[in-house]
Amino acid sequence: MSNNTSNHSRIPWTQVIGFVLSIALTFLAVWFGLYMDLAYKLIVAIVFVLALLQAAIQLFMFMHVTEGEGKWQVGKMLSAGFIAIVIVAGSVWVMNSMH
Amino acid sequence: MFDFIKDNLILNDPLILGANISIVFTVIGIVATLTYFKKWKWLWNDWITSVDHKKIGIMYILAALIMLFRGGVDALLMRAQLTVPNNEFLTSHHYNEIFTTHGTIMILFMAMPFLLGLMNVVVPLQIGARDVAFPYLNNLSFWSFMFGAILFNMSFVFGGSPDAGWTNYAPLAIEGSPGPGINYYLLGLQISGIGTLLTGINFVVTIIKMRAPGITLLRMPMFTWTTLITAFIIVFAFPILTVTLALMTFDRLFGTHFFTLTDGGNPMLWSNLFWLWGHPEVYIVILPAFGIFSEIIATFARKTLFGYKSMIISLAAISLLSFVVWVHHFFTMGGSAALNSVFSITTMAIAIPTGIKIFNWLGTLYKGRIEFTVAMMWSVAFIPTFLIGGVTGVMLGMAAADFQYHNNYFLVAHFHYTLIAGVVFACFAGLVYWYPKMFGLKMNERIGKWAFWFFSIGFNVCFLPQFVLGFAGMPRRVYTYGPEDGWTALNVISSVGAFGMGVGFMIIVYNVYYSYRYGKREETGDAWDGRTLEWATSSAIPPHYNFAHVPEVKSVDAFYYMKQEGEVPSRENVEYKPIHMPSNAGTPFIMSGFFFVAGFGLVFELWWMAILALIGIFGCMAFRSLSSHKQDEGYYVSVEEIEKTENPNKREA
Amino acid sequence: MAHSTNVDPNTPLEYQTDIGKLNIFGFWIFLGAEVALFATIFATYFALEGGTVGGPLPGELFDLKNTIIMTLLLLISSFTSGLSINELRRRNVKGMMVWLIITLLFGAGFLYMEISEFLHLIHEGAAIGTNAYWSSFYLLTGTHGLHVTLGILWIILVMFQVKKRGLNPDTAKKLFVSSLYWHFLDFVWIFVFTSVYLLGMVG
Repeated sequence: MSNNTSNHSRIPWTQVIGFVLSIALTFLAVWFGLYMDLAYKLIVAIVFVLALLQAAIQLFMFMHVTEGEGKWQVGKMLSAGFIAIVIVAGSVWVMNSMH
Repeated sequence: MFDFIKDNLILNDPLILGANISIVFTVIGIVATLTYFKKWKWLWNDWITSVDHKKIGIMYILAALIMLFRGGVDALLMRAQLTVPNNEFLTSHHYNEIFTTHGTIMILFMAMPFLLGLMNVVVPLQIGARDVAFPYLNNLSFWSFMFGAILFNMSFVFGGSPDAGWTNYAPLAIEGSPGPGINYYLLGLQISGIGTLLTGINFVVTIIKMRAPGITLLRMPMFTWTTLITAFIIVFAFPILTVTLALMTFDRLFGTHFFTLTDGGNPMLWSNLFWLWGHPEVYIVILPAFGIFSEIIATFARKTLFGYKSMIISLAAISLLSFVVWVHHFFTMGGSAALNSVFSITTMAIAIPTGIKIFNWLGTLYKGRIEFTVAMMWSVAFIPTFLIGGVTGVMLGMAAADFQYHNNYFLVAHFHYTLIAGVVFACFAGLVYWYPKMFGLKMNERIGKWAFWFFSIGFNVCFLPQFVLGFAGMPRRVYTYGPEDGWTALNVISSVGAFGMGVGFMIIVYNVYYSYRYGKREETGDAWDGRTLEWATSSAIPPHYNFAHVPEVKSVDAFYYMKQEGEVPSRENVEYKPIHMPSNAGTPFIMSGFFFVAGFGLVFELWWMAILALIGIFGCMAFRSLSSHKQDEGYYVSVEEIEKTENPNKREA
Repeated sequence: MAHSTNVDPNTPLEYQTDIGKLNIFGFWIFLGAEVALFATIFATYFALEGGTVGGPLPGELFDLKNTIIMTLLLLISSFTSGLSINELRRRNVKGMMVWLIITLLFGAGFLYMEISEFLHLIHEGAAIGTNAYWSSFYLLTGTHGLHVTLGILWIILVMFQVKKRGLNPDTAKKLFVSSLYWHFLDFVWIFVFTSVYLLGMVG
């Protein structure tokens, strides 16, 4: 349990940093996607890595995923990520190889 | 209104007309009995609104047995039709409806609730908890399952049953099936799926957070372990079903193009998404079955489960693999060689952890002092029978060979060997084993053995010939064949076996009656000299608060250890403290009723009805939110009441 | 499920009762299910991406400026929702309510823009029944939008309860859980933004 929240400051710096990073990542993704002349596959890879980073910021800096049953919760989210990749990447692969 | 009823009520088929009449009489009979004995209030207070996990479990099992009857009748009708060539007992359309409802009901409305029922009864007891983590949600789970099942079953007398197979493939289920049948399938499964998902969440939290002191993860009974893993699979798999069903509902009702043949839709996407849920679903029903067998084999071999940790590792491996094998259900759909190879390998990999389990059970039996009770007989019969199912599964898993077996009776025989020898045997074994926990008496063993022999021999006689029929080229889902096909003799044998299974089931039902009438009531909570905590309760049927004192656990097989060390908690001269219990809830029943009405409205595209019911559902949710603090307060069982329950004879003495 | 005895007073209110802990943990498990739900919808979207026959192409209709404004609205609302939880943990009801109202306003702004976008798209001939691509587009964005709508209603309901009964372990738990839900909506939107709008404009 890491519920040590006795001294909450008036300005929650983790939240602020997370917010600034999120905005930066969003614009970075737009810049890579629309203003850099890269191969489509490379763009896909880059923007998804950026999206995953931003998702991690939500989980850890905004949603306090490590509080309470932190280990189980992080484990749940990681396995959810695995399942999500199986569902999305698996379906794309299956549907694209059906002829 | 009258026209609507007249148009949809099915009266032209003598079989269904007979069912109509018997349903009307049964309903009248039930209502009259309840009214005559003034039992309505009892029904509402003690059962419908109950949040007691044991009662909810019993209701699940009862519903499952009724569904087993319905699905079994479907099966016998199919066997009757196929016994002789060119039979005209059923029309092709009626036959399509029957194999569809048979499959859907047996998987979703029989196997699932039966196992969920056993989990509900047993798991909180095995971990020494007062109830599940979310008792209110548990009641909602049951009722949304029940109303979903009722909606699905209604199709058969009102509007026509779904007829596209339990897999409900597009385009057959969209362009090929006008009428409300498929809508019933989509919405009935959707509503009961909500209940299953909630149960999954409930059991994850219950098992992780509510264990009695000392029950570390590696001291949990195997059934609790399988339930935990199953609950994790449910949480990830059922949302896939929710979306998949919703997509087809949109296609059928709102003109979208997900699975349509035109405008860019892709019917193959249905197969893909359906099996993304469908394969984990197979493990959702088989893993708890493994847990049940593990408990029973350990109890009646009088040994600790052999290879406890390897069992858990193989469980985890299976749960992971269950999500990466779905393509093997449609190898023949035209996937690339790379795709089929990868999924062929993952499929065959599942045989490894499953094989480990087989050795675990055999190792447990080895040198055990085996006692052949009925529960044990089902469990021992399971091992070789399920092995046949598993090995034929590996045969089907080889993509190249699958082109030979695909969609013929070899496949049908294979999955019945896994699902009946695995799941149904487990349900019967679990029912017999935990029957004293639920009803305070054992089922008659002698009659139980008759049922066992009829059912298990009947099962093999029914399905072994179907492997051969598959090799002989008989396709599944055909309603008849010609004498020149040469399938007659084996079909006759198969039908004989099916009726043997029917007899076995009837004997089980009779046994319930016989045992209730003549069985000896259990006096202690420990009917079988059990090893796990559910047998440590103070009375045969546990009091509603389960344990007066939360037990402390020091090892696997906690209760066996307590008995060995003479540490069974005494009931004399102990001080009790008031016990906090959750209160009953009526909102879930009403809310599920709204789900039913909304579902019915959507089936017949009566938008006003669906919208009103949806408002009702949200109203119930808001009401729950506004009143949850009162609900959560619960109530306290007083010390006097506990004393009275724990020592009923004390005062008289 | 009563209050646990001897709770450290520094423990956040929402974690002070057993039922609070169970609910928060249960909600995380539920979010795991939500991930699988949205993953299936994304899978559908990607599988049907090529099904654009008989309708306008997404790249022709998407508007970068609008999308970025929507993304920022939701991101800011997620941030302010986090600030409200910070105030909750400081037991400052007034500050918390102010941040929640700001959260809701940004959420409503997002919804307004999404609905006007839908109306614009339909006007341009891209409706839910146009073709497989647009069906799955509306399914994905619509499911997310529906979640936002439910989130707004839910938070209002919880705020009403705080107003009526004050801050206690029960209401604090509800505030915390609804804020988890709200953050999760932004979590999903990141992927909607990336895969639908951004890649839709690239491709």
